[in-house]
Amino acid sequence: MGMAEAFLDPLPWLIVLPLAWAALAFLGGPGRGGHLAVTGLVVQLALALALAGQVLENGARTHAVGGWGAPLGIDLLADGLAVAMLLLAQVVALPLAVYARAYFSEVAQTAFWPLAGFLIAALNALFLSADLFNLYVTLELLSLAAVGLVALGGKPMQVAAALRYLLVSLTASAAYLMGVALIYGTYGTVSIATLAPLIGADPPLAAWLAAGLMLTGLLAKTALFPFHFWLPPAHGGAAAPVSALLSALVVKASFYLVLRLALDVFPALAAHAAPILGVLGAAAILWGSWQALRTPHIKMLVAWSTVAQLGYLFLVFPLLAPDGLALQAGVMQAIAHGLAKAAMFAAAGVLMLATGRDTLAGLAGVAGRVPVTLFAFGLAGVTLMGLPPSGGFLAKWLLIEAALSHGQWPWVVVVIGGGLLAAAYVFKVLRQAFLLAPEDSHFHPVPRSMEWAAFVLAAASVVLGLRGVELMALLAKGAA
Amino acid sequence: MTLNEALPLPVLASSLVPGLIIFALPESRIRLRTALNLFGATAKLVLVGVLLAGVSAGETYGFRHEVLPGLELVFKADALALLFVTLSTVLWLFTTLYAIGYLEGAPHRSRFFGFFSLCVTATMGIAMAGNLFTFFVFYELLTLATFPLVVHRGTPQAMQGGTVYLAYTLGGGALLLTGVVWLHGLVGSADFAHGGYLSALDPAQAGQLKIVFLLLIAGVGVKAAIVPLHGWLPQAMVAPAPVSALLHAVAVVKAGAFGVVRIVYEVYGVEFAQFLNLLTPLAVAASITIVWGSFRALFQDDLKKRLAYSTVSQVSYIVLGVAMFGPLGTIGGLVHLVHQGIMKITLFFCAGNYAETLGIHKVSEMDGAGQRMPWTTLAFSIGALGMMGVPLTAGAVSKAWLMDGAQAAHAGWVVWVLWTSSLLNAAYFLPILWRAWLRPAPADWPEEHIPAKGRRETAWLLLLPPLVTAAAVLVAGVFAEAGWSPLSWARLVAEREYTQWAP
Amino acid sequence: MTPGLIYALAGVALFVLGLAGVVVLNQALRRILAFNLMGSGAFLTLVGLAQRDGGVDPVPQAMVLTGIVVAVAATALALALARRLAQGGHGDG
Repeated sequence: MGMAEAFLDPLPWLIVLPLAWAALAFLGGPGRGGHLAVTGLVVQLALALALAGQVLENGARTHAVGGWGAPLGIDLLADGLAVAMLLLAQVVALPLAVYARAYFSEVAQTAFWPLAGFLIAALNALFLSADLFNLYVTLELLSLAAVGLVALGGKPMQVAAALRYLLVSLTASAAYLMGVALIYGTYGTVSIATLAPLIGADPPLAAWLAAGLMLTGLLAKTALFPFHFWLPPAHGGAAAPVSALLSALVVKASFYLVLRLALDVFPALAAHAAPILGVLGAAAILWGSWQALRTPHIKMLVAWSTVAQLGYLFLVFPLLAPDGLALQAGVMQAIAHGLAKAAMFAAAGVLMLATGRDTLAGLAGVAGRVPVTLFAFGLAGVTLMGLPPSGGFLAKWLLIEAALSHGQWPWVVVVIGGGLLAAAYVFKVLRQAFLLAPEDSHFHPVPRSMEWAAFVLAAASVVLGLRGVELMALLAKGAA
Repeated sequence: MTLNEALPLPVLASSLVPGLIIFALPESRIRLRTALNLFGATAKLVLVGVLLAGVSAGETYGFRHEVLPGLELVFKADALALLFVTLSTVLWLFTTLYAIGYLEGAPHRSRFFGFFSLCVTATMGIAMAGNLFTFFVFYELLTLATFPLVVHRGTPQAMQGGTVYLAYTLGGGALLLTGVVWLHGLVGSADFAHGGYLSALDPAQAGQLKIVFLLLIAGVGVKAAIVPLHGWLPQAMVAPAPVSALLHAVAVVKAGAFGVVRIVYEVYGVEFAQFLNLLTPLAVAASITIVWGSFRALFQDDLKKRLAYSTVSQVSYIVLGVAMFGPLGTIGGLVHLVHQGIMKITLFFCAGNYAETLGIHKVSEMDGAGQRMPWTTLAFSIGALGMMGVPLTAGAVSKAWLMDGAQAAHAGWVVWVLWTSSLLNAAYFLPILWRAWLRPAPADWPEEHIPAKGRRETAWLLLLPPLVTAAAVLVAGVFAEAGWSPLSWARLVAEREYTQWAP
Repeated sequence: MTPGLIYALAGVALFVLGLAGVVVLNQALRRILAFNLMGSGAFLTLVGLAQRDGGVDPVPQAMVLTGIVVAVAATALALALARRLAQGGHGDG
């Protein structure tokens, strides 16, 4: 690769750019950095789209950082799955950056922009990593940035939630690292591409242990039932843009890792764990939806909804098969949920600013004041419920198709039941908003850019439901 | 893309685009909103006219869009689709006029008309859907678009009605989805086809096909208000009268009935459905609904609830027609889809007039209404007579064909069902007419909102639509044999659906 | 039993001890110490396995160095949060 081509390669820029604007934002001082972030994200989105085009045409791509390849150097790999997740990250982050600029002009903060930039850099690096140890490093970076964002605001509840999140996260990462250590000790390499053929159908005990440790650690990070306890306080208590970033993107990163490990590194071992993952996913859907119905706080409702929706992702594992339906379903669900959940948290933030309160009861009559936001909430809800036309519906369709083609009936019941439960808590919020406003209600005005940012995200999840062909082509063509 | 392929899209866009613009309009822009509404309705009417001319000449209009590998959104404006499309388009125009008059001065009109337009778009999509996937997409869209209209008033009763409505329709949607995906797994992506596309399947899968039929019919049966899935309809009467009129007399229930038609004729094929012994249970379910709905209507004092139960009963005439094997029954069912629509919308328009003008919500309050509001009551009477099947009305035509179809299918018991229903119809409509025309009016109407001005009994926008639709009831009845009547179009459709039957 | 294997097993033991500590203890500071123990255990395992082949494998040693840096940063953050929590959490983010 010539000098010019190497310089213009999108892969390293996707990691360097956010680091750069994060550092500049930090140097610029508290409250600065919003416009830097938006500019940077626009460029990053363009890069991600360019990369997607390259992968669609030519298949998976690699890039050796600094020109030094593995094992001493770091290789970056962009295959279909990685590019899809990269696109999700940039597409979600850009409207959220616009939203956050307006949000933080109403609510004071000091360190949002640098932390957000580091989070996005870590996220991009994670999706592009090609070896297990680099994944560990980027995962840690991601967690540290996320924890910092949760603690932003300094209130005791937020700090406590951040500390709990951090401890769970660190424990999980340490387990993952132990797994990496065992893998290296057994096979002498951490590169995913090299490991895949080495770990056959009947690996030694050390590999089993490693797989178990890594998987458990990642499940805790993805807040799969019963490791979900840290998520509602962390996501429900944080500032709205932070909750959006966390629920939409950060938890998807660890899910992406589980998917990678199950597909590329330990397929035989993952097949053994798959039924358990499916059952835990079903439990997550039921428990998360139930708790969402019960809580009187808007953001906690949305956070518990995340717990429930993450359960769908794990229904994919018992259904993984060569026909690829379940994988398509999982990726579609991850992306659709990312867009919708970001929209929903953004909308929740607007509702809280408008009514001045965090409760559902306080929403009465808000429909007339912030109709765009409510529409955004409704559209996001359509994806969560799996109703057409939306990305969530396509994911639901693919999941049901996969389940029926394998003859596994119970998952169909779970998926459909989950959709109905989601409808229950989404419409609970919408109904409140349609009620007539009480006489003494007072609504604060909210910046229009916040409402429209939420709307754009929600609309994106609906548009995804009209055209999933390119995404599926990316997944298929770009398989490493 | 050829013109033939492109044409279904503007039909959808003619209500979608004005609807989206209306959402963004401030409440005060009344003129612009009215202009957009009427422009959309008229544009759609023109487009539908073009489609009608083309389809009767044998043209095909269709459009495909790939959503996922192996899964397509397909639009097909064929004769059956146009039956529903024309009905909805014409009635949308009049309901828009009516709604403008009804909601004058009411809050949140932009939101109302926005969702109203979305509902019509969804109905167009359901009508023109070319495969089960597309049908399902717009079917659920209709649920989502109608919910805000049901809860429009924002009162606790409205919320309660909305919750019940959602519970039923989303549940039905879940059943429908399961059936559609299952079928997709068995057959792959297949378009609606005259005579169905399932008869070519392996006979060993007959058992699965029967279960799928049950799922599909139950799914559309919720909207079609087939007993015992009808419970939402009376509850949804809490919505404003224009909503009850268009949506619950025309769009939503007809979407369910239309779904039954598509499933029986163009997925399974009527001969194959008969072969699998699916038609008789369907006919039985329809008959139970017909009798039960009419029976419950007898005991309702609330006028709209009485009309709601009447709708439950009457929509199943369509299902019954479909379920009777033979083109005569089919024609009866299909033409009743149109006739019931215009009759029921007349009745609901009038019920809305009584409520808005005189504050009358109950049958027991209707004494002497005919003296105060003669034209409205005349329209109501025509609609009611049509429901009873009195000669010269549209309802008589559909009933005649259904009876003939029952005879041809050797299902004598159906004739009894139809006669019982007619008697019950008379039993719950005639008292209303008697009260309105023959009982003395009270000295004054305490809740009179719109006082009479000379000969004009209520606002023009409230009076004209029911008069027009009542006239249509008569015209459809008297001129049923004409080439342009709904009956002739139904004949055209039936001819194309029966592949093995020589008419 | 080579020295490398002893180190590796010791690392596993430390890891398990640390894990037990995180789960069982409830004071923040002690949990942070327990997490550090887990991390050290993992590092020790990596380094121990690196010596198994007779020579020294530089790759795991590089990984351990990186890991130590990450663990330091994480511990610093955890301590800062624990301190803020102990102080009652006033002030801005």
